[in-house]
Amino acid sequence: MTTLDKKLDRRSFLKVSALAGGGMVLSFSWLAGCKPTTEEELLAMPKEWFELNSYIKIGENGVVTLYSSSPEFGQNVKTSMPMILAEELDVDWKKVIVEQGNFDSQRFQRQSAGGSQSIRQGWTPLRTAGATARAMLVGAAAQIWNVPASEITTSAGILEHKGSGKKAHYGEMASLATAIEVPENPKLKDITDFKIIGNSKKNVEAEKIVTGKPLFGIDYKVEGMKYAAIVHPPAFGMKVKSFDASYVLGMSGIQEVFTINIFNENYVRTFFDVATFPELLVVVGNSTWEVFQAKKNLKVEWENAPESSFTMTGFGGRNPYKVTVPEGLESSANHREKMAEYTQKPGNVVRRDGDPEGAFKKAAKVLEKTYTAPFLAHNTMEPANFFAHVTAEKAELYGPTQWPEPMSAALADRLGIPKENIKINLARMGGGFGLRAYGHHLLEAALISQKIAAPVKMVYTREDEMTYGIYRPTYSATYRAALDENNNLLALHVKAGGVPESPLHANRFPAGAIDNYLAEAWEIPSNITVGAFRAPRSNFMAAAEQSFLDELAEVMEKDPIAFRLELLKRAETNPVGENNDYDAKRYAGVLELVRDKSNWNTPAAGVHRGVSAYFCHNSYVAEVVDTKIVDSKPVVEKVYAAVDCGIVVNPDSATNMGEGAIVDGIGNAFFGELAFENGVATKTNFDKYRMIRHKEAPKKIEVYFVDSKEDPTGLGEPFFPPVFAAVANSLYKATGKRYYEQPFAPQLEMQNLKM
Amino acid sequence: MAIFNLNINGKSQQVDVDPNTPMLWVLRDHLDLVGTKFGCGIAQCGACTIHLDGNAVRSCQLPVSSAQDSQITTIEGLSETGDHPVQKAWMEHDVPQCGYCQAGQIMTAAALLQQNPNPSEEEIENAMNGNICRCGTYTRIKAAVITASQNL
Repeated sequence: MTTLDKKLDRRSFLKVSALAGGGMVLSFSWLAGCKPTTEEELLAMPKEWFELNSYIKIGENGVVTLYSSSPEFGQNVKTSMPMILAEELDVDWKKVIVEQGNFDSQRFQRQSAGGSQSIRQGWTPLRTAGATARAMLVGAAAQIWNVPASEITTSAGILEHKGSGKKAHYGEMASLATAIEVPENPKLKDITDFKIIGNSKKNVEAEKIVTGKPLFGIDYKVEGMKYAAIVHPPAFGMKVKSFDASYVLGMSGIQEVFTINIFNENYVRTFFDVATFPELLVVVGNSTWEVFQAKKNLKVEWENAPESSFTMTGFGGRNPYKVTVPEGLESSANHREKMAEYTQKPGNVVRRDGDPEGAFKKAAKVLEKTYTAPFLAHNTMEPANFFAHVTAEKAELYGPTQWPEPMSAALADRLGIPKENIKINLARMGGGFGLRAYGHHLLEAALISQKIAAPVKMVYTREDEMTYGIYRPTYSATYRAALDENNNLLALHVKAGGVPESPLHANRFPAGAIDNYLAEAWEIPSNITVGAFRAPRSNFMAAAEQSFLDELAEVMEKDPIAFRLELLKRAETNPVGENNDYDAKRYAGVLELVRDKSNWNTPAAGVHRGVSAYFCHNSYVAEVVDTKIVDSKPVVEKVYAAVDCGIVVNPDSATNMGEGAIVDGIGNAFFGELAFENGVATKTNFDKYRMIRHKEAPKKIEVYFVDSKEDPTGLGEPFFPPVFAAVANSLYKATGKRYYEQPFAPQLEMQNLKM
Repeated sequence: MAIFNLNINGKSQQVDVDPNTPMLWVLRDHLDLVGTKFGCGIAQCGACTIHLDGNAVRSCQLPVSSAQDSQITTIEGLSETGDHPVQKAWMEHDVPQCGYCQAGQIMTAAALLQQNPNPSEEEIENAMNGNICRCGTYTRIKAAVITASQNL
């Protein structure tokens, strides 16, 4: 049990309040912008707010404001995290207003969207924050009514003392509650008493979204604001040699052209300080269109960049290390060649159980397959942008970021302004998928504003964004299985690598289920930058591993689900080795659930099905994909997903997340690919980079949650990795061919199955 | 630069811009109607969809000079209070995830239903195919269009 976070205690709260000038300024409320349609929505704004802690304030009329502190990029934490607060506070959801908390490491903890951790890590702190405030309201009522606190009950924002018949709403006690001692260990609700958690609530920003209100960084504007665009080198491995701005400076609405250097030379970067191109050209002007036109006409000479290096702190604060950026203009053809070489060479052994080499020597049969996947661009719908207003003393920023904290340090260093004078306000993001954890765009906007001494909004074109880097790396994994003459599995060997990182998770299933197991990794350095992409590494390893297990099951003449369950039984009852980082029973649970819900053994006529399951971000997901061939075209008809992510806070929204991740997976499995020729990305916009579209989405997706009393775990990412192999395995049933290389559509086309 | 008189959401508006400026940027930067979104700039994603005389068009490819004599509707003018059947259906099905593409999706769907109040599933798929949703909410979008068609 986590106890109350220190950030919620009274002293730090008061400090925060004082810093904020005695009261928080309300920027907006989601109710204020839209016409109320029901009686409940006719919420009168209170005359006075009483802040009970960093997350909760209550108006004298009983209206409650809950702060959502995590950045919102479509995972809907802006609804689900306040639901957790509201549950323990025990308020009427209809009287709740949700506000985005801006970045404030004193006030909120863990303001980041990444690793599917918001709900998991917010669970106990948010429950505690809600329960603390409730206890303070109860304490206030006990004082005023002169009755024991233990005799006071709460329900939907109403305090009641049955013995005396006294009743009051929270607003009536809020003022006094702020003076009540903050309880150390407030009692949390029994999960069987939950009223809000587990009952679907609509997205609190839905009305603003469907009416086109300004919610995103790119929508932001202030008086006197300038617009800026960047020009980055046309190829990885190149840099600016010189530029001639004379023509551009004569263009309509263009004010200035200059270069910026993203980091100070000796700055020790954090993991999220990825700047693909350390120096950029900038065009500043009066409107987005004008600066976009000007950047096309800027005359720049580029040159090859020499090898360079910088120092980076290890992930999670580990010791700093030197990162070397190689020189050269890389091509996908070379990457493929090199990766094929590496699959033949010994890698670095990461895990060895039993005697895998010996087992392969005495094997009657060896199955060996290599799987590959290309680089992927995130392609968030909202291109990179940020607003910045930097003066001599302070900086104010607003825009899309999944992880403001590391950027506040980088900004302070580069701008020469103390961290406490740098304000990063969080916009709703038009997608992130990992990309927006990297904050080069904040630095760029801030440096531009500092240089021109004016507020500025910097916006990337789609082409800038797609060719900037920070991609999902290209990967390769070779699986080998040793079988005896009776088709018993003797050993498994996985060797996985990529450009520039290995995707290997050595301690994941099927490690722990096989006596003789060997896992090796290799890496090929590159100057093409990479970054987290929805379920990093898992999104490839699941594809390779689960495709291989499917083929292995076939060789062993076993049903693919039954085979996996056999392995999981072994891992559960008599695990091999140490550090297996999954719960075999929960893993089997989702396979059994998807088997039952899909009627695995009795598919509909003409349907070809494939199964896949994976564990990542603390959650378990199994998926069955039903494919049909219609008019010589593969069509994904239906997908069944079973997930074990503990308690589900907002079920319909969680289902939406699952549906989206499955569609995302299908799209990337069939079409996702970015390639390079002499350092140049071969696709720059959606005319070439094929994204899944409406017609290619499954007709139906059914999502089933394991009924669980466990604390919540990840959700945004775990649905994604299993999709690739479930698609590949169903395509095998449909076409008789195995699919080892992503994306699948070009190979299907060679079989006259054009998508 | 030149003066253009525009009719947007039933109101007359005047802007002084380069004649080649796409309506997308006239709306966003000059008229502060930012519900219409920039996605690709080459009419491939549909985020910038508006109505030109009732037809769904990509505003990133529509120069302001050719929009002068038309009735333009943006997401802000689709309904006065957010109660267009398509908007209501979007909320009923809780369609949006990040929400960035949804104005364009809604404008495409509203134009479809204006012209074809009872579209088949295939007609919906065809009409909506030009609008990318990176979050992958297509199944909900389709369900919402069907609901909206029933509530016209």
